Amino acid sequence: MKEDDPKTLTQEGSGVSRRDFLKISGISAASVPLIGTKVVEAAGAPVKVYGPGKTPVTLMVNGAKHTLQIEPRVTLLDALRDNLDVTGPKRVCDRGECGACTVMIDKKLSYSCSTLAIDAQGKQITTVESLAEGGRLHPVQQAFVDNDASQCGFCTPGFVMATKALLDKHPQPTPEEIRRGLAGNFCRCGTYFGIRHAVAQAAQKGA
Amino acid sequence: MPDYSWPTAENRTLIGKRISRLDSPDKVSGRAKYTYDVHRPGMLFGKIVRSPYAKAKILSIDTSAAEKMPGVKAVHVIQKVGSTVQWAGTEVVALAAVDEGTAADAARAVQVKYQPASYLVSDAEPQPGQAEAAGPMSNDDVWDAIDNQMPEAAFIDYIKTHGITFHPAEDDLKSMKGEGMSDAGIEALRKAEYHEPSGSGHTNYQKAAAQVTGDPDKAFAEAEAISEGLYGSSVIAHCCMESHGSMSEWTDKDHLEVHISTQNVSGIPAQMAEPLKTTAANVHVHQDHMGGGFGSKFSADRWDITAAELSRKAGGKPVRMMLERSSELMVAGCRPSAYARVKIGAKKDGTVVAWQSQSWGTGGPGGGGMPPTPYVFNIPNLRKEHVAIRNNIGPARAWRAPNHPQAAIITMGAMDDLAAKLNMDPLELWLKNLNIAGPREKTYREEFTIASDLMGWKDKWKPRGQNVSGNMASGLGLSLHTWGGRGHASDCDVTIHPDGSVDIKMGSQDIGTGTRTTIAIVAAETLGLPVEAIKLYIGDTSYPPSGGSGGSTTPGGVSSSTRRGSVDVREMLFEKVAPTLNAKPEELEAVNGTVRVKGDASRSLSWKEACSKMGAVPLTARGKNPDKSKLPDLTNSGVGGVGMAEVEVDTDTGIVKVKKMVAVQDCGLIIDLKMAESSCYGALIMGISYALFEEKVMDQATGRMLNPDMQFYRLAGYNDIPELVVHMMTGKGYDERGVIGLGEPPVISPGAAIANAVANALGTRVPFIPLTPDRVLAALEHKAGA
Repeated sequence: MKEDDPKTLTQEGSGVSRRDFLKISGISAASVPLIGTKVVEAAGAPVKVYGPGKTPVTLMVNGAKHTLQIEPRVTLLDALRDNLDVTGPKRVCDRGECGACTVMIDKKLSYSCSTLAIDAQGKQITTVESLAEGGRLHPVQQAFVDNDASQCGFCTPGFVMATKALLDKHPQPTPEEIRRGLAGNFCRCGTYFGIRHAVAQAAQKGA
Repeated sequence: MPDYSWPTAENRTLIGKRISRLDSPDKVSGRAKYTYDVHRPGMLFGKIVRSPYAKAKILSIDTSAAEKMPGVKAVHVIQKVGSTVQWAGTEVVALAAVDEGTAADAARAVQVKYQPASYLVSDAEPQPGQAEAAGPMSNDDVWDAIDNQMPEAAFIDYIKTHGITFHPAEDDLKSMKGEGMSDAGIEALRKAEYHEPSGSGHTNYQKAAAQVTGDPDKAFAEAEAISEGLYGSSVIAHCCMESHGSMSEWTDKDHLEVHISTQNVSGIPAQMAEPLKTTAANVHVHQDHMGGGFGSKFSADRWDITAAELSRKAGGKPVRMMLERSSELMVAGCRPSAYARVKIGAKKDGTVVAWQSQSWGTGGPGGGGMPPTPYVFNIPNLRKEHVAIRNNIGPARAWRAPNHPQAAIITMGAMDDLAAKLNMDPLELWLKNLNIAGPREKTYREEFTIASDLMGWKDKWKPRGQNVSGNMASGLGLSLHTWGGRGHASDCDVTIHPDGSVDIKMGSQDIGTGTRTTIAIVAAETLGLPVEAIKLYIGDTSYPPSGGSGGSTTPGGVSSSTRRGSVDVREMLFEKVAPTLNAKPEELEAVNGTVRVKGDASRSLSWKEACSKMGAVPLTARGKNPDKSKLPDLTNSGVGGVGMAEVEVDTDTGIVKVKKMVAVQDCGLIIDLKMAESSCYGALIMGISYALFEEKVMDQATGRMLNPDMQFYRLAGYNDIPELVVHMMTGKGYDERGVIGLGEPPVISPGAAIANAVANALGTRVPFIPLTPDRVLAALEHKAGA
């Protein structure tokens, strides 16, 4: 994935590379499980080790703070859906392929199925539920309605989030920017035609 | 008797207009709750242990370690020790735990010992002599014939010749009738000769009875041109975005609450009751929204029954059991493959006179039926042979327009090759033969004229292989299709309340096809109200039953019942209001939010005022479809549609890009033009998806599906979508036929049209879809070597 791809999934801020993670996993597996958070040294830096077992996790979701007791292995998607009843993000592929779970983490469009809830702490998580204000649909949402851009609707929240992020970044997107912005989502009913027109409408209205 | 017929064009204010889907605001805002989103207090998470083997005998099952794990609340063994599983992914053990992680850990702790057996996951062409002659039909075979829409005459002929291996029970016959078996078919089953089932079990390769019409040998001998070719389509999956599954909860020892992702709300209780040893009346089913089914969600599946069993074992706690993506792709249904070697004969002028096909394909353990070829064209002389391959890839399910896309690929491919052989523009060949295209001949003619203009066919079309620039080859292809689409049985209650509010209760479901909006438009039109004034209650077994949403039967069904119920309740209101307006009830009309004397705006009441005259008790009328006492018939059967595709193929990489697609479609009276067009756009896109990308790839070495994920089970994405043009046939000759469903027809032609366009571009046929780069390059290599 390219640097400026809105769907790039990096673990910004954690400072832990995939190789470090493997090393940490090795250490924690060999150590005796303790109550509370343990700190180990990995790749020359102190790293917190969570679990096994439930651990308190604090999430800022759509502006509200929630503290959950969940296992460290729980994804942000499952924490949102099963612990907070925030079910706009959908679980479809559960491995970062389809985009139905798309949310914003801080200013970054992200697959919530491929982000651990513990890694989303201290960040602003924004889901599709937050877009409509005072019962009034966001211009992107209204454009989806007007252009019949949903059929079964299961992929729709992900597409709405991807479209909003695209237009936030590129208010007048070029075809290439649209291609890149919507390349991370799949639809089965075939609503891309409606989405194409929804993007055009929302861009014109300055969503 | 009131006039139930559809309003004429000049009297329609809503029907046929472009109206936005009523549930879109809920869907775009994340408010719409699907089965997967239902979370009940104390809910447990279900998990299933599946067989890793395509075929294996279960030697032992040990769940003791799983049962002891903290947080595990119920374990249910699905398979008996000693039984044989028939596909990888078969459900063996299920369990429920307090959270999903615990359930997954527990599933890993279940020990199952298998004795693997030899299996078949290939659907390659049978070797000569490999297939066993057709034999008597088992109960499963009969169901398979129903599922595959075996023609009535062929079915009866087969049963008479070969007999059956079971004694059909009345209940069985009744449910077969319910699933579409004709009375003559039922009668043939009653009279069929009984044969003992053969001890050896099923062979993998089973011949179907050959079908012969006319004198194919003579016709081929006299034909002036003969074209031979190989055509087909691979097994594909449904890949519903919302996976299959349900949440079950026993609210007391007798009552089961079920949320289920289904196309068939009203049909679920009876399916769940029997295996759960309760009654259908004790099962309450609810569904608000559904994330895609495409034919794969009519039944209460084994995992749904299992969720209810687990709930019972866990003291009634709710258990949610949704399939993981891998399971969704492995076990929750696939579209049967169909391949054929075809010989087609014609006169010099293109008149097709003879057809011969040897076809084969698989629908998994059931084998699958003969594709209905030649498709649409009633070629006078034909011979068809078919071998069904029963294998271990998992069971097939109805996939949007069952059998038709496969039949179109085979038939339209053969016709297209014939046109090339005759040096004819395929459009000319199709037009030449429309006289044998059945009852929709006139429709096809009109549609081809429109489609040809929209595509720019006459300017763009070139003979095969003659539109090449460097490594880029361009081409055009076309196809046509048909479907029934008559409205199903549907009941609804339409209620007008004294405060003027209106509600409709119907046990139907909106599977993303706009059923809510269809119902509301019909009721609003009939009552002279805005669409928003109609409050809808659907997706629940507390409401009057309505048929499953399959085979494009829903629009005709729900619009007919809604129209009748709305007319009747409107007449009841007129009775109450007439004295106030000093008129007779039959002199009144409900238009534009008023009830008034026809043609006299001065004698008028607002809708709300009118309703206040009814007293304290609401008025309710039951609308039904069909209803012979309330004519006319408001639905119809039989549509025609055509498709055209323009492609560009990179002959270096084998990558096919669709440049433009055109669909021209009839569906009788259109309720909502916007949704009808969306249905066609979506179908074109789904067609591009199955034509270019989709295939359930089976690993011959392990017997498992190699691509049970959305990275390698590739759907068309936003960037695969070209210019799309849809034209709906409306007006005289179409509207007066009544409402006909649209879900299936437009998805039939795209694959065939694209495959033909690729043949036109390359100058050679890529036999099978999906038209993946490897297949395209292989065809080019074959052409170069030939």
